[in-house]
Amino acid sequence: MKHIVIIGNGISGVTAARHIRKNSNNQITLISGESPYFFSRTALMYVYMGHMEFKHTQPYENWFWEKNKINLIHGFVESIDTDDKSIFFKNNTSISYDQLVIASGSKPNKFDWPGQNLKGVTGLYHKQDLEQLEQFAPNNQACKRAVIVGGGLIGIELAEMLLSRNIPVTFLVREKSFWNEVLPYQESEMINRHIREHNVDLRLNTQLKEIKANGEGQVSSVIIEETREEILCDLVGLTTGVSPNIDFVKNSNILTNTGILVNRFLETNITNVYAIGDCAEQKEPVGERKAIETVWYTGRMMGETLAQTICKKRMAYNPGHWFNSAKFFDIEYQTYGWVWAKPKKNESRFYWEHKNGTMCMHLSFDRNTKEFIGINNFGMRMRHSFFNKVLTEKKTVNYVLSHLEDANFNPEFYKKYAPEVVFKFNKENDTKIELKKKNWRRIFSEK
Amino acid sequence: MGNLQNLGLVVFIISLFLFTGTIFMGSFHLSPSELEDFITEKGYQNELIKAELTKAIVTDKPLNIIEFSSRVRNAYAISNTYYDLLIRQYDAEKNWDKKGEQYQYKIFGKPHTLSFDLAKKAGKGYVKNHPGLMWMLTFGLGILGSLIFILPNLILQRKAGIKNNHIYLKASTNRGWIAWLVLIYLVSFYLLLYFMPDYIVNWTFIVDPISLFLNGSLSSQWFLYGFLYCTIMLIMALRMYIKYRDNNYQLIRTTSVLFFQIIFAFLIPEIMTSLNMPGYDFKNAFPLDYDFFFDWNLDHLRNSGSIGLFILIWGIVLTLFIVPVMVYFFGKRWYCSWVCGCGGLAETLGDPYRQHSDKNLNAWKIERWLIHIILVFSLVMTLVTLYCYFTKSLYFLGINSQWIKDSYSFLIGVWFSGVIGTGFYPIFGNRVWCRFGCPLAAYMGIIQRFKSRFRITTNGGQCISCGNCSTYCEQGIDVRAYAQKGENIVRSSCVGCGICTAVCPRGVLKLENGPEKGRINPKDILLGNNIELIQLVNKKEK
Repeated sequence: MKHIVIIGNGISGVTAARHIRKNSNNQITLISGESPYFFSRTALMYVYMGHMEFKHTQPYENWFWEKNKINLIHGFVESIDTDDKSIFFKNNTSISYDQLVIASGSKPNKFDWPGQNLKGVTGLYHKQDLEQLEQFAPNNQACKRAVIVGGGLIGIELAEMLLSRNIPVTFLVREKSFWNEVLPYQESEMINRHIREHNVDLRLNTQLKEIKANGEGQVSSVIIEETREEILCDLVGLTTGVSPNIDFVKNSNILTNTGILVNRFLETNITNVYAIGDCAEQKEPVGERKAIETVWYTGRMMGETLAQTICKKRMAYNPGHWFNSAKFFDIEYQTYGWVWAKPKKNESRFYWEHKNGTMCMHLSFDRNTKEFIGINNFGMRMRHSFFNKVLTEKKTVNYVLSHLEDANFNPEFYKKYAPEVVFKFNKENDTKIELKKKNWRRIFSEK
Repeated sequence: MGNLQNLGLVVFIISLFLFTGTIFMGSFHLSPSELEDFITEKGYQNELIKAELTKAIVTDKPLNIIEFSSRVRNAYAISNTYYDLLIRQYDAEKNWDKKGEQYQYKIFGKPHTLSFDLAKKAGKGYVKNHPGLMWMLTFGLGILGSLIFILPNLILQRKAGIKNNHIYLKASTNRGWIAWLVLIYLVSFYLLLYFMPDYIVNWTFIVDPISLFLNGSLSSQWFLYGFLYCTIMLIMALRMYIKYRDNNYQLIRTTSVLFFQIIFAFLIPEIMTSLNMPGYDFKNAFPLDYDFFFDWNLDHLRNSGSIGLFILIWGIVLTLFIVPVMVYFFGKRWYCSWVCGCGGLAETLGDPYRQHSDKNLNAWKIERWLIHIILVFSLVMTLVTLYCYFTKSLYFLGINSQWIKDSYSFLIGVWFSGVIGTGFYPIFGNRVWCRFGCPLAAYMGIIQRFKSRFRITTNGGQCISCGNCSTYCEQGIDVRAYAQKGENIVRSSCVGCGICTAVCPRGVLKLENGPEKGRINPKDILLGNNIELIQLVNKKEK
């Protein structure tokens, strides 16, 4: 029986722990400084908005850990000694391990802005950030305006949160359009529009210069880089991405770059030390993926994979087809396969947008072979298993379009958009694709 | 807009005070001839009750309903006690003839019900004389206030999309003091309705004209309840329409429950009654309709000619054939969240409280025991009742037929489905009865779990474990526990309300009817990971 120690009880660490438990009798210790029990980081926003209480963000009841013999330690790790196989905590205690999994996640980026450590400046990542928000932005009396810096998924979530308490929001986005390094311009433009429809003061091509304080060391305004305009505010949300949370690893023998460097087996340079989730950096990225993947799903997949290796079925992290999802205010977004912001040379694109301006579909396919490459769908839901199969079997875009009813995952009785999509595609591409009726046998003949 | 809503709230609260205050209005007394008529109508044979009632309520003193009720109950008690003593006396004397004679003078029935019947005739004053105006001041004002409160959401929630903002920040929806006040009001209402209907006789005066119009007779407390039920559902359905206006499943489903409540549960039975037929709710299936096989109902149906016979056959076919077949094809949702009256109220009035269902494992354990025990209870009761009905005996399997019927009606029919089932909405959620008690739900649940095409499909690996689905599941299902494992939800308790899919921010859940094969799909590794890993682990599991 080995002692497996996991630093970090986020989705990566917890998934690894659960799967190690399923497959072995090893002693498992799960360490977290942020919260004694696993919670879903993605749901923090809903606590502030009053959709849930914090306890609802915890996917497992508290007895789960003891029942599954997963020891929990609530504390911050200070350093790691890989020669001695020991971990030292900030409170001067230590434990030893046989195998170590580092799944310590990320921390919000800060770019040395003057005033970035003032009271009332917060990210949206940790449980503690929520407490900051309750303190500095409980309502629109205490917080007359909030400024959010950074045009990504977290920034828009923070905007939605603040709006739920009627706090006016100014949203500074460095790029010329929201999240346009990921989204093609059509989708990005749709989201710009949607943000503005929610009365957010969206400033594109705008950067933060500095954050100013009042007499009590609390945020009072921000200065814009380009125009030197001063915007009065009581809260600044810094949502300019995240980077690996690995300060406690820096003085060990474990090799790091931006993140902890791992090979395809999620192994670090030190035997019996592994890194997964947001804090891991692939020496050679997998396929088209980034070296550091900061996505819920990839963290989970790394946990699933590493558990096999630790339980003596050494397995490479070799995730299947890319998928992801998000929600921008009221617009849901899913993607399967790759739809790059700018088409690659071999790619052809097809874009359809509903006249209501909150629903669209963007298909990417090979210019010559018509092989389906990826889809972005906004304001509609698609069946994961369908696209997984299409990508595995290298089906054509024509196949996808003619089987849109199989792919559709919208609730029952929703208005059908597929005929309109197929009609437009046929018109633009001079094809004669016919939409097939939904067929259960096809849907469930998944691999 | 916010001010407008506050105005609506104030108007609604005024109407609630007026409605409640109505109870104490008017005076109750009878003239000697009115009492004479009542006694003749009831066929009372004894002079004592006449004398006692005369003493009690033939008066010029303005009695309110509370005093009136107490006097009437006292009169009946005196009369019954008198004859009880006589019976005991003749029994001691072994004077059997005399003893037997006394029984005709005893008056059976619940004191508050007798008092209700009398109060119905004895009521005088403003409410009785001006039901139209009183309707406007209570129901009318209440509806108006509700509309002023609800309709602005169309503009406030400018963009369609589900807004559960502030639910856990408000005293009304987060088990705060408002929720407790609502609980007390609802529970009090049910206690009066079931146990002290005479106290709310003034309310029935308000709806007398409507009752007269629909079924030709004055309103009973049950007519009042039915009318109130439909009104509340209608208003709260408007709220549903606004809140879920981008979700066709919710819109159609809400329309369906509304239709079945107003037409099937309310109007058709009333109209049937006015045509001298048995008033029957054609969608109310046994064993939820637990007294369908009670002797009085069977006698009533058998004496009602061909329509009675039709109802008898329909009731049996509904439970034994239509219900299971529909559950096979659509899941129990076709009933619980599309047709059922209890479900209808839960999905409209109860929607603001759906998050309070307990998701703990222990609650699930209690649920499974309790609901199936009640199913067995209802079946045993029916078996005993039917055996005794056909063999004219009092006992079967050592169980007294009257006793078991009374116990079930009291414990399950009144307390569980009524007082607790609805009264506790604001604290325990809107489906307490449906989840823990309803025998029909238990029956359908067994079919749904083991032989049905219905499931909630989990969309591959898209779940982010946020927990919106579990939080807003009114049946206390930990939906996330399945979704985050990529596993379809096939739980027996699922009523298919569809809210989990509506609140999911990542498009993970879909209610579907499809082939049984692959419906139950436990998984360890979710879609999207290494294909070899998925095959390795998931195959081993099977």
